[in-house]
Order: sequence, then C-alpha cells, then structure tokens
Amino acid sequence: MATPLEVIDLRKRYGGREVVAGVSFALQKGECFGLLGPNGAGKTTTLRCCLGLTVPDSGSITMVGEPVPQRAREARLRVGIVPQFDNLDPDFSAAENLLVFGRYFGLDDATIRTRIPRLLEFAGLTSKAAVKIPQLSGGMKRRLTLARALVNDPDLLVLDEPTTGLDPQARRLIWDRLQGLLAEGKTILLTTHFMEEAERLCQRLAIMDEGRIIAEGLPQTLIAQHISVSPSSLRPANLEDVFLKLTGHELRD
Amino acid sequence: MTANFAPPILSWRAIAVWRRNLLVWRKRSIPTILGNLADPMIYMFGLGYGLGGLLPAALPAFGGGSYIAFLATGTVCASTMNTASFEALYAAFSRMHDQKTWEGIINAPMALDDVVFGELLWAAAKASLSGIAILIVIWALGLTSSPLALWAIPVIFLTGLAFAAPGLIFTALAPSYDFFMYYFTLFITPMTFLSGVFFPLDRLPEGMQMLSQVLPLTHAVALIRPLLFGQVPELPLLHVGVLIVITVFCHWIAVALTRRRLLS
Repeated sequence: MATPLEVIDLRKRYGGREVVAGVSFALQKGECFGLLGPNGAGKTTTLRCCLGLTVPDSGSITMVGEPVPQRAREARLRVGIVPQFDNLDPDFSAAENLLVFGRYFGLDDATIRTRIPRLLEFAGLTSKAAVKIPQLSGGMKRRLTLARALVNDPDLLVLDEPTTGLDPQARRLIWDRLQGLLAEGKTILLTTHFMEEAERLCQRLAIMDEGRIIAEGLPQTLIAQHISVSPSSLRPANLEDVFLKLTGHELRD
Repeated sequence: MTANFAPPILSWRAIAVWRRNLLVWRKRSIPTILGNLADPMIYMFGLGYGLGGLLPAALPAFGGGSYIAFLATGTVCASTMNTASFEALYAAFSRMHDQKTWEGIINAPMALDDVVFGELLWAAAKASLSGIAILIVIWALGLTSSPLALWAIPVIFLTGLAFAAPGLIFTALAPSYDFFMYYFTLFITPMTFLSGVFFPLDRLPEGMQMLSQVLPLTHAVALIRPLLFGQVPELPLLHVGVLIVITVFCHWIAVALTRRRLLS
C-alpha cells in the first residue's frame, strides 16, 4: 500500500510572512504521528495544504498515493478529517449528519444506514441519534465529528487539535477511541499542544515553530536528547520540558 | 491569484449538496411555500384588482387582456427572481459563513466547485417552485389556458439560474448580511420596475428602455409573458441566450471568488 502521507519541502506565504517554511515529513502505515507547536507555528496551514484545502506556494505532497492538490478530491475519499473547529451541520440531527456526510463520499443510503448505528455507538451517542447538533455538548460534538470522519472507513485520519476545549473526561474518551482506531491499523496524523496527548498517542512526533520542524523523533528520544537534567527534582523530565526549551517561554498568540 | 479564476469544474457530485438542502427544506416545506407565495400574491391581487379596476377591461398595452393578467405573468418572473436571490444570498451566506456547512462539505471528497454548483442548482430549483406555484394560481383563476404555458416551466428554471449565479457572487464577497441590502436596493428593486413586470417597457423613456435590455429580468418577462398568453415569444433564442450567458459568466466569477475566500 502507498505511504499514507509524504510531504517534501512544503512552503506557504501569507503577505510577507512565510507561515510554512520548508516542512518535510512522512507517515508510516499504522502509526500516530504528532505535529506539536505553539499557536501560530504553522501546524494548521500544514494540515490544510496536506488535505488540498489550501494551495501551497511550493513543495510536494502525496496523500494515500495521490498527488495533492491536483487529486486532492480523490485522496480525500480515503481520508477522515477532524477539523480544529466543529463544522457539524446544525440543520440536522446526529444521525442525519452521518447520512448526509456519507453522501458526500458518493456512498449510497443503504450502505450509510448500516454504518450509522456502529458509528453512533463508537461515539457514545446512540441515545442522541435524533438530537439536533445545537443541543449536544462540546464533548458530544467532538465525538460525533470523529465518528463522521470514519463514515468512509478511511485509511488515514487527520485531526487538528482534537481535544482542545474539552474537559478531562471527554479528552480521555477521545484518546481511548483513537487508541482503538490505531489498534485497528488506521494511520493518524494529529496536531496538538497537549504534551500528555502527544506522549500517550504518538509513536513519533515533530515539533514545529515559526513554520519549520525544529525537532523530530520518538517522544523518549526527544526527552533524552534535549533535557539532561529534569528542571524539577520532584519528577522526571517530560515532553513539556522539551517543548518549552525548544520554543521558549514567551506567549505566542 | 489567477488559479482561482480557472473555469469551474462541473461534476454530478454537486447533487449531494442539492440533496442536503432538499432534506433541510422538506422539514419545513409547507410554511416555506406559503411564505414564498404570500408576498407576490398580495402585490398581484392588490395592484391587479385595485389598480386594474381603474382601467378598461381590455387594453392593447397589456396584450389585449386585463391588467391583472398582465401583472400576473410578470409576477411569475419577479417571484422566481426574488426566491433565487434570497436563497443565493441570505440562505447560502448563512450556510457558508455562520454554519460553516461549506467547510464541512469540503472535508469530504467534494471540491468547492461542487458546493457552489450545488447551491446554484438548488437556488434555481427552489425559485422554480415559487414561480410554478404562481403559475398554478394563474391557471386556477383562468388567466391562462394555453398548453404553451408549460414551456414557461423550463424558462422559470433558467430564470432561477440567471439570478442565483449573480447572487452567489455577492455571497462570496459579503462581509455580513447587511451587504445584501445594497444588492436589493441597487439591483433587484429597480430591475423589477425596469423589466416590464408592472407596466409595458414602451412607457419608459428611451434611455431607460436601452438599459432595460441588459437586465436579465427583461428577458425572462419577454419569454414567459407571451407563453402564458398562448403566443410564441419573439426572438426566443436571443432571450434564452442572454439568460444562459449571464448564468455561465456569473457562476464562473462566483466560483472564483468563493475559492479565494475559503481556500486561500
């Protein structure tokens, strides 16, 4: 099977600022790859370019074997997307959202209807099937967005800050579901600025700052490479120490 | 960016967007139809009987029939125009801007071109429904009886397209709903008076008559009114051609501006 995603020397400029300044990385099948970085580091722009939602200035992208943006639509047939901000359809119930979204993939109604009960169960929303989106809590919406991204049974899942704004319970539930998907053999690309999330889920990660990848590797290797002595005598060094060391302590937004 | 202005790629995938809007519409179809019908009916009966009552029963200026028959045939066109415009402006803007529905759709294997094309077809379909609803009222009142009137149905759909497409341009440019006020006061309302809906075009000063020839509504009226009176329109291909050119050109610009707005 084709590499889930390969990005070579991606660049994107807005006005005078190069938001993505030569980013390269590749995903291996079945892994969870994390893109970490402070706000404004270029994570979301990188993802949007990968998905064919923003046209890059230069660089090459191949997603599930298809060149992007030229064949982005064909590539997205086999990709599930969880955007940073929910864009569930507020005119519909939870179940209708899955039906209508499945139609966008060209799936016939009978196929989608057999998948809906399983997807709702996955999201823990079986009892909310007929509830309209504005009546769902933030955590429920996030889970439904994740279920929606699975309606086409994708090979690759792309998640942009999947747990931002959620309480710890809701966050743990999402992590649990994502670990389940990895166990099924799905490949995941996610952006986050929760170090705990990255440590729990990601086999490999890249830290981005100012449009560039400034460190890449296994979480434990990154810690060993960059932190020789824990900044606190009360705990071992962790990924957050690496993150702050590499990206500084100043506010970024 | 010039890539945004590449021609729209038309695909049947757009039907999924059309079906999405149909599913929403079906939930509140009865009040919507009544709402679309009430406003043009008030004008048609109010002016048709009120003003028409002051006029002789048959006037050559009104095609030899009553004023209400003249007005009713124009109302079919004006109502189609209004419904297409409201759908392509307010309703489409709400889906694009407030609900982020379009952004959700392009997370699936749908291009933005499919979304705009689907919205165009939807607005024209919904406009057709309100045009045809008035057609049925006219027929029930006995104001039209010719089988030629059936030809008005595809022309109504084409009229819907020709108004949905420029509406989508404004939606792609609009910073907020307030912006649409300009579209209606500067474009739609004057056009209603300059296209022969309420009175024949030859009542207009000469300069205004020239202006009216470039307005899409004039061409819709020039096709639909004779058909409803049981006559073959003069220069039918010219009028159809103008409506098609407006649709194709404005749809292209609308797609380009929407790409610039959402894909940069």
